[in-house]
Amino acid sequence: MTLMSYRQALHDTLRSEMLRDENVFLIGEEIGVFEGSYKITAGLLEEFGEKRVRDTPIAEEGFTGAAIGAAMLGLRPVVEIMTINFSLLAIDQIVNHAAKIYGMFGGQAKVPMVIRTPGGGGQQLGATHSQNIELYYAFVPGLKVVAPSTPADAKALLIAAIRDDDPVIFLENLALYNTKGEVPNHDTPGVIGQAAVTREGHHLTLIGYSRMAHVAKKIADQLADHEGLDIEVIDLRSLRPLDRETIVESVKKTHAAVILEDDWLTYGIGAEVAASISDGAFDYLDAPVRRVAMAEVPMPYSKSLESAALPSENDVIQAIYQTLDAIGHRRIKTGPHD
Amino acid sequence: MTDRKRTPRKPTARTSRAKTAPVEVGSDAQGLLDFYREMLFIRRFEERAARGYTQALIGGYCHLNLGEEATVVGLMSALQPTDYLFTNYREHGYAIARGIDPRRIMAELYGRVDGVSKGWGGSMHMFDTAHRMLGGYGIVGGQIPLATGAALAIDYRSGDEVVMCTMGDGTTNIGAFHESLNIASLWHLPIVYVIINNRLGMGTSVERSSAEPELYKRGAAYQIESARVDGLDPVAVALAGKHAVEVARAGRPYLLEVVCERLRGHSVVDPAKYRSADEVASLKEHDPVHTLAARLVAEGIADEESLLTLDQEVLANVEEISAFAEASAFPEEQTLFDYNYATAVPNDSRRLPGQPLFVTTPTSGADQ
Ligand SMILES: Cc1ncc(C[n+]2csc(CCOP(=O)(O)OP(=O)(O)O)c2C)c(N)n1
Ligand SMILES: [Mg+2]
Repeated sequence: MTLMSYRQALHDTLRSEMLRDENVFLIGEEIGVFEGSYKITAGLLEEFGEKRVRDTPIAEEGFTGAAIGAAMLGLRPVVEIMTINFSLLAIDQIVNHAAKIYGMFGGQAKVPMVIRTPGGGGQQLGATHSQNIELYYAFVPGLKVVAPSTPADAKALLIAAIRDDDPVIFLENLALYNTKGEVPNHDTPGVIGQAAVTREGHHLTLIGYSRMAHVAKKIADQLADHEGLDIEVIDLRSLRPLDRETIVESVKKTHAAVILEDDWLTYGIGAEVAASISDGAFDYLDAPVRRVAMAEVPMPYSKSLESAALPSENDVIQAIYQTLDAIGHRRIKTGPHD
Repeated sequence: MTDRKRTPRKPTARTSRAKTAPVEVGSDAQGLLDFYREMLFIRRFEERAARGYTQALIGGYCHLNLGEEATVVGLMSALQPTDYLFTNYREHGYAIARGIDPRRIMAELYGRVDGVSKGWGGSMHMFDTAHRMLGGYGIVGGQIPLATGAALAIDYRSGDEVVMCTMGDGTTNIGAFHESLNIASLWHLPIVYVIINNRLGMGTSVERSSAEPELYKRGAAYQIESARVDGLDPVAVALAGKHAVEVARAGRPYLLEVVCERLRGHSVVDPAKYRSADEVASLKEHDPVHTLAARLVAEGIADEESLLTLDQEVLANVEEISAFAEASAFPEEQTLFDYNYATAVPNDSRRLPGQPLFVTTPTSGADQ
């Protein structure tokens, strides 16, 4: 194990996968000379040269589609789309092509590629640069969508994504790049399609992915320490496929769920999770399933409004208590906090 | 140069001044006859497909290559078997000329298991790995970035194959076209982009959709060599195609525009009411199959009778092909999820409509 940042884990994994397999190459805007908008690819152009680290023109549709075509011939491109907002310019190639090619041609061509892209608000980047639109991809059969929240999962899932023979959308998050965690030294691929129970508990199930899985764990730990609450935390890790089994098994045990998401509420990822709980654990629920999501506005620039729009830790704690109150769960008094 | 004089649209010059290399292709008697046989086959195949459509044996959209036959055979003759083809939804003829078993092409139209894409693609999505025909794409322009990426893969591996990517005139207005040409030129990719200019999108003319209606000139913006050629003449197309492929094989992209005529509607259900009576009447003069037949007779390469015999053979063959397609089975329902993913992963959703997410165990004596 080595303690490192999420950014470092991504960088090191890209590098080791490029060393392992000559077919792996990087393609995207400003990833070479500029070393990446978020410096994930720093130093790689120098080490691997222009063939393996390709700076592209500003042409998301063109270079994403080119990566798909290269993958059809057996290369393993790892595309960087600077932020998920710009992936909208490539959505035709991702949804109408990458996702379709394997099935639409009767399994004759595989598309072994990865699209890495960060989402995330809270950086005062305004309406066009703060969106969390992973749902657009998670909706589409033929794609796989992963959203790791820890450096260790970032490594394991990036390895899995690169070695997988299907197009994988690899969701990163601006707020996670500097977070740190222990990362295994071995190169074992993670499993796409599996959630993780990152904290066991029985009072309530708190569910999140990407940044919100991080937030969920932090809040659950705090509430355990200060309030004696025993909350189970699920990190979805994969949005497609969605590990409904793990979610439902947890809710059968805790009888309540709060879902955290950085995307918009209506039709969001949380809606799908809530529907899954309703289908799989209806008889076990003691309270309505709650969702804590972003306010439904184009993200404002001003700090005061941006903060109001983003789900805060306090919003999450409120939702947890309201849910526990609905069940009639008595808060365990542990001292000065009450 | 055989300028056509027609109203109301401005005539489209059929060739550019750009020279094509003087290579001997198909211009000998046997070569011309071979082209004719293939063009006639495509003609009859497409007409049979149109009939299959009206018989409700073919569904969805069905776009035909009628009028494009000389273009198809000329272009395909320029490729080596190891070269790759990416094309659009108007691709039955290309699949045939690429050498794919036409029974499998018809079976695909009929949505059967023996279809080239196993019944998953239909008319617009023909694909065959063995013949390096990498689709058939229904999204206008969608194939262009993909083809560019295939050329990138060839270059990455220092291969000597070439990619040919065909598209319609209307498609040159889409962003992906421009992004791809720019990338191909910057990276010296071995690709030939071919614009099949049949002078119409669905019903919108080139003049009403392209600010520069001489489409091959668009290569200039990307420093890509380009030319326009007459799609009525398979030999001219083959020569221009060979030159384009040579340039691409040497590591430079090429843009070739082929001017031809769409003899019928955009797809089989389109009555093309937007075309004037004059225009429709003049189409006969620009029918590549008839034009070549007349040339064969005029040059003494074939006589009317032998051409008639050939036609009867082809018609009989096409009937056998559709009988094969009709006899082929429909894909089984239980194969519905066979191509969800190339790499299996846990929790992949394989539910039919209406099935619950979780199977509930029966509570009482309800089970048999
Ligand atoms: C992105 C997209 N927009 C619109 C359509 C509908 N459409 C199908 S074919 C076509 C016309 C294309 O014209 P052209 O490129 O000249 O090709 P042609 O059909 O004449 O061969 C249109 C608009 C589509 N399939 N995809
Ligand atoms: Mg057209």
